[in-house]
Amino acid sequence: MLNNDPLSRVLYIDLARRSYTIQDRSDLFEAGIGGSGVAIRLLEEECPPGTDPMSPENPIILAVGPLVGMFPLGSKAVAMFKSPHTGNLGESHAGGRSAVAIRMAGYGAIVIRKASVSPVYVVVEGEKVYFRDASALWGLNSAYTAGTIIRQNEEGSGMRTIMRIGRAGEQGVSYASVITETYRHFGRLGLGAVFGSKMMKGLVISGKRKLPVTDKRAYRTLYNEIYKAATESELMKKYHQLGTAMNVLPLNAIGALPTRNLQQGTFEGADQISGERLAQDFLGRRVACAHCPVACIHLAAIRYPYPKDPYFYKTSMIGYDHEPIFAVGSLLGGTDIRGLFHLLDEAEVQGLDVMSMGVTLAWATEAMQKGLITTKETDGLNLEWGNYAQYVEAAKRIVNQPNEFYKAMALGAEKVASIYGGLDFALTFGKNEMPGYHTGPGCHLGYLTGARHSHLDSAGYSVDQKAIAKNETLTAEGIASALLEEERWRQVLTSLVICLFARGIYTPEVVQKSLSLVGFERSAADIAAFGADTLHRKFAFKLREGYDPATMRIPRRIMETPSPAGKFDEELLRKAIAHYAANV
Amino acid sequence: MVKRLSVLDAERCVGCQSCMFACARRPGVGGLESTSIWVKSAGGIRKGFAVVVCRACSDPPCTKVCPTDALVNREGGGVKLHTELCIGCHNCEEACPFGAIFWEDTQNKPEICVYCGYCANYCPCDVIALEEINRPVPNTPDEIKAESEASHAQ
Repeated sequence: MLNNDPLSRVLYIDLARRSYTIQDRSDLFEAGIGGSGVAIRLLEEECPPGTDPMSPENPIILAVGPLVGMFPLGSKAVAMFKSPHTGNLGESHAGGRSAVAIRMAGYGAIVIRKASVSPVYVVVEGEKVYFRDASALWGLNSAYTAGTIIRQNEEGSGMRTIMRIGRAGEQGVSYASVITETYRHFGRLGLGAVFGSKMMKGLVISGKRKLPVTDKRAYRTLYNEIYKAATESELMKKYHQLGTAMNVLPLNAIGALPTRNLQQGTFEGADQISGERLAQDFLGRRVACAHCPVACIHLAAIRYPYPKDPYFYKTSMIGYDHEPIFAVGSLLGGTDIRGLFHLLDEAEVQGLDVMSMGVTLAWATEAMQKGLITTKETDGLNLEWGNYAQYVEAAKRIVNQPNEFYKAMALGAEKVASIYGGLDFALTFGKNEMPGYHTGPGCHLGYLTGARHSHLDSAGYSVDQKAIAKNETLTAEGIASALLEEERWRQVLTSLVICLFARGIYTPEVVQKSLSLVGFERSAADIAAFGADTLHRKFAFKLREGYDPATMRIPRRIMETPSPAGKFDEELLRKAIAHYAANV
Repeated sequence: MVKRLSVLDAERCVGCQSCMFACARRPGVGGLESTSIWVKSAGGIRKGFAVVVCRACSDPPCTKVCPTDALVNREGGGVKLHTELCIGCHNCEEACPFGAIFWEDTQNKPEICVYCGYCANYCPCDVIALEEINRPVPNTPDEIKAESEASHAQ
C-alpha cells in the first residue's frame, strides 16, 4: 500500500461516549487489502464469541478497498456485523455514494461501537465527527422523509452518502435494511435492526481528497481500458439496458422463477412483470452509483390516483431489480403493477429488506391457505396470492407488530414457521430468505453454504445453467468444488471493493494490474491464496457462532418443485454441503 | 473560436459522476480533490441530476469581484485564472450564481473549468460536450437586448 494513501486509516466511533479516534491500521490493510478481507479481521477483533446481535457489544464495521475512488465500478462498501436475522455472520454490500464517500472522507474502514442512550445521527465530515440529536426523527412514518431532513440539515462538501433506517430498523425487525441515497441498500441480514438497537437513525459521511498511484500514465491507460469495457462491451449491456430485471423471462422460460412460494418454477404472468414490460411502460429514469458508468438502477414512474378525490395524483419513482420483482411479484403470484410497486414502495418507506419481506409473506399466504393461520393471527387480513392491498397492510403490521404473530413475522419466515408450522415451505437458508433463482441443486447449495446465504456468494445458478446447457449431471463434489472456487475468487473482488456486476471485466490479470498501481504488489498466487484465506476466516467465524453445516435445515419445498436441472434429493445436497465444509 | 463545456441535456444524466473523476484524474491521481465539474442530485435522486460547471459567460460576474486581477475574462467568453496572483479570498466563488467555482482546499485556490473537454470523453450518456462558442453567450445588457429583439423579429 502507498504511504500517502488514506486507506489504512480506521475511524472508531463510540456511540455511548459520543467520542471517536482515528488509528492507522496499515497492518490490517496490508493483510486484508480492504472490504471483506479487512472487515472480517475487524469483526474478529471487535465481536466477542456469543455476542447478542441486538446488544451494544455488536459492532458495525464498514469497509472500502483500494480500488474505490480509483477505477470505474469500484463502487461498493462492505458492512459486517453479527446478524440479528440469522444470529451469525452478517455481511451486506451497498453501492450508491456510500463507498466513494467513505474513501473520500479519508478512511478505509469505520467501526461503530456501543449504543447511544437516545436517538442520534452521526455525521462524519472528513476528520470531524458530529453527533446530532435525532429524537425528532425517531418514529417518522417514512424513511424517505428522514433522508430528506438529514440532507437539508447537513452541508458537507465533496462526495456525500446519507445512510438511514426506517421504522423497521427502529422496531427491531430482524430484516430491516439501511437505505443509502434512497435507491441502494445494505439490504440483507438486518443491518437496519443493528442501527436501531444502537439508536442510530442515520450516518452521513462526506469528504474529498486525491488518491495516489504508482505510475500516472499506466493508471490512466488502465482506467481507459476498464472504462471502455464497462461502457462498450457486451458484458455490461444487460445491466444498463433492461437492468437485472432482464432475468425474469429467461428464468421463467427454463422453469427457474420461484412462483407462489415456489409451488411452481414458472409464472403465467411473467410477461407482465418482465424487465421488457417494465422498461416499455414504466421506466422513468436510470441512475448510477458513484463512479459507475453502467447505471443499472432502474426507477419506475408510477402514477397513483387518489380514489376519492378526482384530479389528485401522486407520482412515485420506485426502484426495481430482478430480486424485488421475484420477491413481491412471482413469489406472491401477482401481476398488478401498481399494487406490486406499492408494496415495493412500502418496503422502502418502512426500511424493510424486500426479499425477506416477500418470502415471509409468501410463507404466510400459503400457511393461510393451508389453515395453519387464520384471520385471528393476521389481524383480519386475507393474505391471498396477488392481493397487494392486503400485503401492504401486512408489511405495516410487520413493523407495528400488533400481536404475537406479527412479532414472529418480524423475525422472518423461519421463525414464524417454527411457531405456526409449515417449515417445509419456509424458504430460508441458514435462516435467511431465498433469492429469485430455482435453477437446480447448485443455486440451493450456494444459499446453504455461502457466507451470506446469497446467490451472489458463489453463483450456484450459473453452475446449474452450465450443466443444463451441456446436458451434464451434477455431482455433489462437482457442485461443491465449483462453488468454492467461485466464492474464493469473489472474496478478492469484494475486498477491492468492486461491484460484482463487473466481475467479467476485473479478470485476475486486471485485478493484479490495478492493485499494483495502488501499491499492492501481489502475485497471482498471492491473490488466490488471499481469497481462500478470507473465505476460510468467514467460515471459521460462522462455525464459532454456531453454524452447523451437518444439521442445517433444508426446506423440503425446493426438492419437491422440479427445477430445470431436474429433481434432486436431500442426500445429494447433504453430501455436497459436507464436501464444501471439509474443503473451505 | 474558443470552446466551452456545454451541458446538452441534464435529463439524460444518470449521476455516475465519471466526469468528476475524469477532471480530478487529469494530473494523474485518483479520488476527487480537484474537480471543476460536479454532478448533484436535483433535490433527491428521484428528481434526477444537475450538472454544475462553468458556462463561460461573455460577461462573467466572477472576474468583476477579483481584487487582484487573478481571474480575468477570456477572449470570446469564459475566464482565465492566474494562480500566482490569487490571494484565496473566495469572492469569485460567491459571485457565481451557478456555484460553478469550486474550491481547492490544499492550495486555497478556486477550481474552475479550463474548457479542455477531458470530462466529456467519459460521459456515457452524452450529457456534456466540448463545443465551440460560435457567438458569445448573451449576458451583457447589449447582447441580451439584441437577442431579445432578434427573437421577437422571428
